Amino acid sequence: MIEVRDIYKTYGDIEAVRGVDFTVHAGEIFGFLGPNGAGKTTMINILCTLIKPTSGFASLAGHNVVTDAEKVRSSIGIVFQDPSLDERLTAHENLEFHGMIYGVPKVDRRGRISNVLKMVELWDRRNDIVKTFSGGMKRRLEIARGLMHNPRVLFLDEPTLGLDPQTRNRIWEYIRDLRQRENITIFLTTHYMDEAENCDRIAIIDNGKIISLDTPAKLKSMVGGDVITLSTSDNKVAIEEIKKSHSIEALEQDSKIVLEVPDGEGFLAKLVHSISVSIDSISLRRPTLDDVFLKLTGRKMREETMGALDSFKAHVRRRR
Amino acid sequence: MNNLRAIYSIWLRDLIRYRRDKYRLISSLAQPALFLFVFGNGLARGLAIDIQRTGGGSESYVSFIFPGIIGMTLLFTSVFTAVSIVWDREFGFLKEVMVAPISRWSIAVGKALGGSTVALIQGVIVLLLAPFLGLQLSFLTLFALIPLMYLISISLTSMGIVIAVKMETMEGFQMVLNFLVMPIFVLSGAMFPLSNLPGWLHFLTRINPLSYGVDALRGLMLGPSVAEFSLGFDVAILSVFAVIMMFFAVFLFNRS
Repeated sequence: MIEVRDIYKTYGDIEAVRGVDFTVHAGEIFGFLGPNGAGKTTMINILCTLIKPTSGFASLAGHNVVTDAEKVRSSIGIVFQDPSLDERLTAHENLEFHGMIYGVPKVDRRGRISNVLKMVELWDRRNDIVKTFSGGMKRRLEIARGLMHNPRVLFLDEPTLGLDPQTRNRIWEYIRDLRQRENITIFLTTHYMDEAENCDRIAIIDNGKIISLDTPAKLKSMVGGDVITLSTSDNKVAIEEIKKSHSIEALEQDSKIVLEVPDGEGFLAKLVHSISVSIDSISLRRPTLDDVFLKLTGRKMREETMGALDSFKAHVRRRR
Repeated sequence: MNNLRAIYSIWLRDLIRYRRDKYRLISSLAQPALFLFVFGNGLARGLAIDIQRTGGGSESYVSFIFPGIIGMTLLFTSVFTAVSIVWDREFGFLKEVMVAPISRWSIAVGKALGGSTVALIQGVIVLLLAPFLGLQLSFLTLFALIPLMYLISISLTSMGIVIAVKMETMEGFQMVLNFLVMPIFVLSGAMFPLSNLPGWLHFLTRINPLSYGVDALRGLMLGPSVAEFSLGFDVAILSVFAVIMMFFAVFLFNRS
């Protein structure tokens, strides 16, 4: 459905995208995961024909994004990172406008509008001015709008940024439901790790390059099993002892020992017995995409703390 | 076909927004009313101004400025509506339009038609004040005034779009207001006759599109003897200006 070959995009001296290759299959939920500024939005804007790549080739539903921009635009729906509704119009008017500029025939428009509005549970608010909507409602309305013209690919740029967990879950329910019912291809970007796990395949992007591309399960298996974190009265001694009795390389991070083992539960008891110094705390967890990112880049991808820009954007979104 | 529908939807959106914004309606009518009654009565009585007709006889000041006030209304409404593009950009809505499968030129044309229609409506509302000023307009005059007002509006809206596309932020609007819109108004002959001005000022009024608009409105409403040029000449100048501005607006939209 989407073919991307060796795309570069430079702004002056800044290389936002540096040679990206990937293919998205029809009916797939494909995610771009990476920290802010990794080049996710730039890539979406290229695929949406909003900006032209500096070099490389990209096509969508068989249309070249540079030379066939209008055809590409009629096959896609987009939910931008920043709100793009007309806040002085009602929900219904926003959709009506969208249907008109996307060439949805008048006879179909009424039915489609009611379908999508019911889907995002905004039917009761259809005649209210968008200005009075909450951030989550606006987002849902934008998703409804993106679907109105039956696009073959739906782009979601940080679809749940700045929303509360409850709304995030609801939006994800819609997205999964949507794929099942409409067999639509979904391309999304996110920097929330837990959100990325909903995708069929994920491309982890950092500094304008794809550093890994696979299913969430396979990506996580790169970490090598379960993750055990423990802290002891003397970490150095403990690490030595773990190495001696189990021949496992343990790492010290933030004054905690982190190690990966294939079978965490079975290993815990053995581990406790092999350490002579006292253990203050110990925990076992399944690997997350956070661990994958850490492993691939050596850096953490702040998940919990919002960047200053994000919280500002979230603030703006709530305010408006 | 798609582009025609796009033009229509962009036009319709501007009208819906206009209808909904009662504050804007009231405030944009308050200004012409203020000018008419305060200047028209206060200034005229205080300074005892009467305007000489070329063929002899005179015209009261208030009826002299009435066509000018309509020109002012068209100017301000046109430019304001066009500049809302900058708001659309700031609030993200422009992106929604830009990624739609429609040609960029249709966005510019839709916006020009929308802004000029809103301006025309405002102008017509001000025109309704005519009987209160003792001005009697024949049906034929009214019939001719509407297309003329629309021509003035579309040329000014297109000019506004050209400015809006070039303007990065809303802060720039104050600049546009002070250095373009106000001079266009003041130097259009809306408030005083343009004859007997010093050379440099005379030159500025000559390159001002609204001068020809106000002159044409005045000729139609008060009779050709109050106008400086023939109606045909005014309309020709306005049409040329409108085409040039429209062309520029479309060109800039295509590039962005």
